[in-house]
Amino acid sequence: MIGGVFIYNHKGEVLISRVYRDDIGRNAVDAFRVNVIHARQQSRFPVVNIARTSFFYTKRSNIWLCAVAKQNINAAMVFEFLNKMIEIMQSYFGKISEENVKNNFVLIYELLDEILDFGYPQNSDTGVLKSFITQQGVRPVTREEQTNVTSAVTGQIGWRREGIKYRRNELFLDVIESVNLLMSQQGQVLSTHVAGRIVMKSYLSGMPECKFGINDKITVENRTKNQLESTNPNNNSTTNGSTYPSSTAAKTAIAIDDCQFHQCVKLSKFESEHSISFIPPDGEFELMRYRTTKDISLPFRVIPLVREIGRTKMEVKIVVKSNFKPTLIGQKIEIRIPTPPNTCDVQLLCMKGKAKHKSSENAIVWKMKRMGGMKESQLSAEIELLPNDKKKWNRPPISMNFEVPFAPSGFKVRYLKVFEHKLNYSDSDTIKWVRYIGKSGLYETRS
Amino acid sequence: MSELEGKKGEIYELKAELNSDKRERKKEALKKVIASMTVGKDVSQLFPDVINCMQIDNLELKKLVYLYLMNYAKTQPEMAILAVNTFAKDCNDPNPLIRALAVRTMGCIRVDKITEHLCEPLRKCLKDEDPYVRKTAAVCVAKLFDINQQLVFDQGFLDMLKDLLSDSNPMVVANAVAALSEISEQSPQTKIFDLNGPTINKLLTALNECSEWGQVFILDAISNYSPKDDKDAQSICERVTPRLAHANSAVVLSSVKVLMKFLELLDQQSEFIQNLYRKLSPPLVTLLSAEPEIQYVALRNINLIVQKRSDILKNEMKVFFVKYNDPIYVKLEKLDIMIRLTNATNIAQVLAELKEYATEVDVDFVRKSVRAIGRCAIKVEQAAERCVSTLIDLIQTKVNYVVQEAIVVIKDIFRKYPNKYESIIATLCENLDSLDEPEARASMIWIVGEYAERIDNADELLEGFLDGFKDENTQVQLQLLTGIVKLFLKKPTETQELVTRVLTLVTQETDNPDLRDRGYIYWRLLSTDPKAAKEVVLAEKPLISEETDLLEPTLLDELICHIGSLASVYHKPPNTFVEGRFIMKKNLPLRSKSYGEQENNTGHTTMQTNQQPQQVVISSNVGSLIDDFDILGSMPMPSSNPMDTYEQSQNRTTSVVPNLLDDELSSILGLDSNLGGNQTPMMNTNTSLPINNRQTTSTGNELDDLFGDFNLQTGGSGISFSGNNVFVPPKEVWLSAAKGKGLEVSGTFARRSNQIVMEMDFTNKALQPMNDLALQINRNSFGLTPAQPLQVTSPLFPNQTVPTQLILNTTGPIMRMDPLTNLQVAIKNNIDIFYFNCIVPIHVYFAQDGEMDKMTFVQTWQEIPEGNEVKHQLQNLSNLSIDDLQNKLRLNNIHTITRTTIEQKEMLYQTIKLTNGIFILVELRITPGNRTISFSLKTKLERKFPAAQGAIRCVRYNIDGNYCLTSGSDRTIKLWKPDSSLAIKTYTGHSQEVLDVHSSFDNSRLCSGGVDKRVLYIDVMTGKIVKKYQAHAGIKDFYIFN
Repeated sequence: MIGGVFIYNHKGEVLISRVYRDDIGRNAVDAFRVNVIHARQQSRFPVVNIARTSFFYTKRSNIWLCAVAKQNINAAMVFEFLNKMIEIMQSYFGKISEENVKNNFVLIYELLDEILDFGYPQNSDTGVLKSFITQQGVRPVTREEQTNVTSAVTGQIGWRREGIKYRRNELFLDVIESVNLLMSQQGQVLSTHVAGRIVMKSYLSGMPECKFGINDKITVENRTKNQLESTNPNNNSTTNGSTYPSSTAAKTAIAIDDCQFHQCVKLSKFESEHSISFIPPDGEFELMRYRTTKDISLPFRVIPLVREIGRTKMEVKIVVKSNFKPTLIGQKIEIRIPTPPNTCDVQLLCMKGKAKHKSSENAIVWKMKRMGGMKESQLSAEIELLPNDKKKWNRPPISMNFEVPFAPSGFKVRYLKVFEHKLNYSDSDTIKWVRYIGKSGLYETRS
Repeated sequence: MSELEGKKGEIYELKAELNSDKRERKKEALKKVIASMTVGKDVSQLFPDVINCMQIDNLELKKLVYLYLMNYAKTQPEMAILAVNTFAKDCNDPNPLIRALAVRTMGCIRVDKITEHLCEPLRKCLKDEDPYVRKTAAVCVAKLFDINQQLVFDQGFLDMLKDLLSDSNPMVVANAVAALSEISEQSPQTKIFDLNGPTINKLLTALNECSEWGQVFILDAISNYSPKDDKDAQSICERVTPRLAHANSAVVLSSVKVLMKFLELLDQQSEFIQNLYRKLSPPLVTLLSAEPEIQYVALRNINLIVQKRSDILKNEMKVFFVKYNDPIYVKLEKLDIMIRLTNATNIAQVLAELKEYATEVDVDFVRKSVRAIGRCAIKVEQAAERCVSTLIDLIQTKVNYVVQEAIVVIKDIFRKYPNKYESIIATLCENLDSLDEPEARASMIWIVGEYAERIDNADELLEGFLDGFKDENTQVQLQLLTGIVKLFLKKPTETQELVTRVLTLVTQETDNPDLRDRGYIYWRLLSTDPKAAKEVVLAEKPLISEETDLLEPTLLDELICHIGSLASVYHKPPNTFVEGRFIMKKNLPLRSKSYGEQENNTGHTTMQTNQQPQQVVISSNVGSLIDDFDILGSMPMPSSNPMDTYEQSQNRTTSVVPNLLDDELSSILGLDSNLGGNQTPMMNTNTSLPINNRQTTSTGNELDDLFGDFNLQTGGSGISFSGNNVFVPPKEVWLSAAKGKGLEVSGTFARRSNQIVMEMDFTNKALQPMNDLALQINRNSFGLTPAQPLQVTSPLFPNQTVPTQLILNTTGPIMRMDPLTNLQVAIKNNIDIFYFNCIVPIHVYFAQDGEMDKMTFVQTWQEIPEGNEVKHQLQNLSNLSIDDLQNKLRLNNIHTITRTTIEQKEMLYQTIKLTNGIFILVELRITPGNRTISFSLKTKLERKFPAAQGAIRCVRYNIDGNYCLTSGSDRTIKLWKPDSSLAIKTYTGHSQEVLDVHSSFDNSRLCSGGVDKRVLYIDVMTGKIVKKYQAHAGIKDFYIFN
């Protein structure tokens, strides 16, 4: 298991060093500094083996996080753990920076003591950790509270403590999708997928059981099928969706390639009944992640036209088309057109928004605050180049950022029902909000 | 922190502050102490002062003190004892958090005195009412085990830990699983963590409820379980499958590991498997949208999965397309997987992508992309043309490293599709000057040499290289030598001078033995028999295989058992990067035979799993079979019963006396005995590795020979056994007149009146009489030595034949021979000394006094592990009665101990005693009316054959130094990975010693030469013999790949 965790600043000075196992000596701290941080050639792998010791590392804004092990340990787990640790630290003191780490080093040691025991990750849920590891030292606690804490840390529902009360039971659901696209110069879609996240903010009293319904093809079809032939309600996970095309399902349902759930969701129930049921943590959390690849409506299309005139001049013309309902409006649109490093002058002309050449980033950045559906806009640029550079410039793809108020995958929340048996508030008393946001992930067009 | 510079004053200051009354000041001081500790400053002097702070009832402060304690207790064990009381007190604190903290910390203090005091609190905490304390205590047992194993056994903590597996709290269960797994890994012999059905059930139940990390521990533990049957496996798979939807990638990968392992046990055609395949693919794809580090782990694992079961991801090519912003390690891995998934349907897309990548910036990535294009061409024939034209486009870019890489792959394309794309040679030649890397230069030279007849100025080109010959890399030098020889053979008239120049250069002016030896052999070849030279050098080359870079199957299987772990990331077995501790070698489970797939294999699988450290390393008589049987193709999972092949190998004598290089042979033989004891250390460490399933059964081979002989006798020749007729094989020619300079010796061995007798006929076929005949026997396996001098009437006149008998006894010096029954004999006369080999039939070694007491027999039979059992069947052709059979065997010193009838089958239990005192137990099963007699042989194998590999004839590294080839007098060639000391593959095919072995240019082929006068081309991946030459009369001392 994990033998130790180290945190370094960009210079390679140790900020935190916590050793869990006897087989990791002090020299491990130095070995990593010498062989990775100060190495002349940047290490090309996130795991390195130095003298039979494996170092797993990741870097966040100048800060190196490194886990060490001498055994054949679960590598996926170590990286998941490092990411979790970053998440925990961020939720405690914000950005991971040298200053923040230094100022909170006692807290970090305390956290490390709690979330790793002998190198085995323990409960690492931020909400629960915050209930008993605080920056102000331990609050004077009553006996009852202590047991609440320990049962929360170890319990079956490790992510929620008992006795939460709200005057108004409210929940917010955000469906946040990022659209990823790779398009060839000729406008051919090379690959595209939507990575969706459902973020829930719950302000609910007690231990509410929630049931969440979506327009997933399998679920929808099961439902319609069950209505048609209500005799056979259990046979669902094995049926292949495409064999029972029902007219209603085909229009509204989407095919989800894969989905993953927060640990509060009962996975066995999802497997057997395809229903998403859970007791949510208090506050904000990511309920579900999903991925779709079929029938994605791409909100924008970029059509590049690049012409090299001689060795010192380039002409670029970019057309952007929006492809969604005219009643909707896309926002925060930004198109980044890479320019060669030997660019000396750029003449820009755009119909809408503002465009600027940022020589430090080697790109033309074209921003538009908003753009309605089914519209088109154009930019043309004349780029003058210095002739000296011999190296061939490989054109990086044109990337685009945007935000649209719908889910490009067609994802729909059908229902979210709340049941709390002990506290006598019903589903209809809960106030629910749903919002759809479509964002750009890696949205690239090759030029 | 930096203000802690003036050390003395500062420590003093801290001391004062630590002893201050104010809690705040104390706390600040403590923080400073910990900060100094972190950066590596020595603050151990403050130990007593810090210990004093422990009493304070403040959890945060306490934690700081404990942190300090964990760091310095080991250096100051005496002081650390001061803390014991506080720990004891804390373990009884009403606050569960404090109780847990105390137990957790105590476990981390590796001081004996503290450990002693830990036992009581730990016992209490393991039964604490609070689950938080229990889960901490569970891990503490593992800590204690790390410090003092005996204590854990003695105090019964293990049983308490096992009880926690049934705890009501899932987190406690998970930690108990983690602790037990670790303990059982450290001392696997104790079988602490006994995974059985009920335990697995408990774990699977806890799996649904515990935290993400707990799920990882449990899944990893489940993957070590071996299910009872396929139903068991299937039901576990069903219960693990939902985990694939977990957001934590470690949970997903560990589930994949369980599934991949248990899939082996299921019916591969079943619908369940197809369903599982469908469910496995999406989560794997989803892992590719995680953080780059996790993507990397996932991709390394997908690489394994694709190699094992390519169907799972066959339709997911697109997700492996490289994104512009991917980190380089992700890009390289994706590229690897892309090539593995390439097929005729998606080749167009892949090629377009690769072309795109070849214009990127990162040199490594670009190179790999170019190489990938070449691999596509080799893999998908329809696309070869497009690939070639893409490569030509890339060469036109004139980017140096792209051009070089392209030339290297084009060479491979030529080898795959000979006479198809040679039109582009002209383009390649244009770039000759820009090549500066050895591999590219060597490739170019190969191309020029290979197609010398089509390149008008080939001689000029090669001559150009020759000018800087001494500065070239060995690879290039070797290639240049071969290239010029090829050129010479094709255009002898114009290039005489060139070839002389290069041969002089390599034989006289170079220190590299490989180069020099290769030079010499070409020279000899060219000067003695140019025609033969042509045949050898310009021989048709084998096509190169489509898949490269595949992991060796057994390694792959082992790595599949380690999915998600570091081993799967490094693609190396754990023992190569983990220190010290005993590491269990994991392997994929085998599907049991009741499903009618591998019925023949059970004998084998037991032999394979029963990997005893002492194994016989013999692979006798395989050479002659290699033509008919694809022996190594089925290596990891034998699909045919090798016994069948043995029958054909009987009675094959291998008497080889080379007429040209007698002296050399004798020196080799002399050398052998030296080398046998003088193995390189690397070999010694590896003798225990399972090398070839064939070798384990070779005792059976010898014995089969014997029984095979009986077959012949009873059925074939029809000689009836009666009286004291003992089986004697017919005489055969041991030394032919041609080799014996007129002396012909034929002979056989027999056992007459309890003595081993060598019966020989000496014939003089020369023109003058011979005298002074004498005979000597080299050291051998059974210590056979002449008991008397050779008695032949002397002189021996021309055309006279004299029969003689030589009594032998078994008191001579012993040296293990190969095959076991091989005997090296030297005969001297007035003309010369002649050497020959003959095979002594094993039955002559059967001693008269081989009878065994019934009880002893039963006991011995049971003692011998199943793995040493060899089963065989033979035909009772002449339909002998059982009594006849018994008699006949008795005459040959095979003694019947007892005879019973079980289920209408006659069972005969017999023993054989060899002259060196080893008993072989035999069970004969005869079904009346059926002519087939089945018998099993058992012996204490390991005593009989010291497991030493034959002398190592030569050790050579292949081109890139990653692998190492050895050839040896055990007639095998082995491929080693020197850094991991793993024998990757064993190639057999030679019937005699292997003198030399070379690997080909692209590492895909081996070429070996041996005493048996054969030259073999062997395919590295499959071990198949691609081509065999038996052309040369003398021994080829070295043989070189061209």
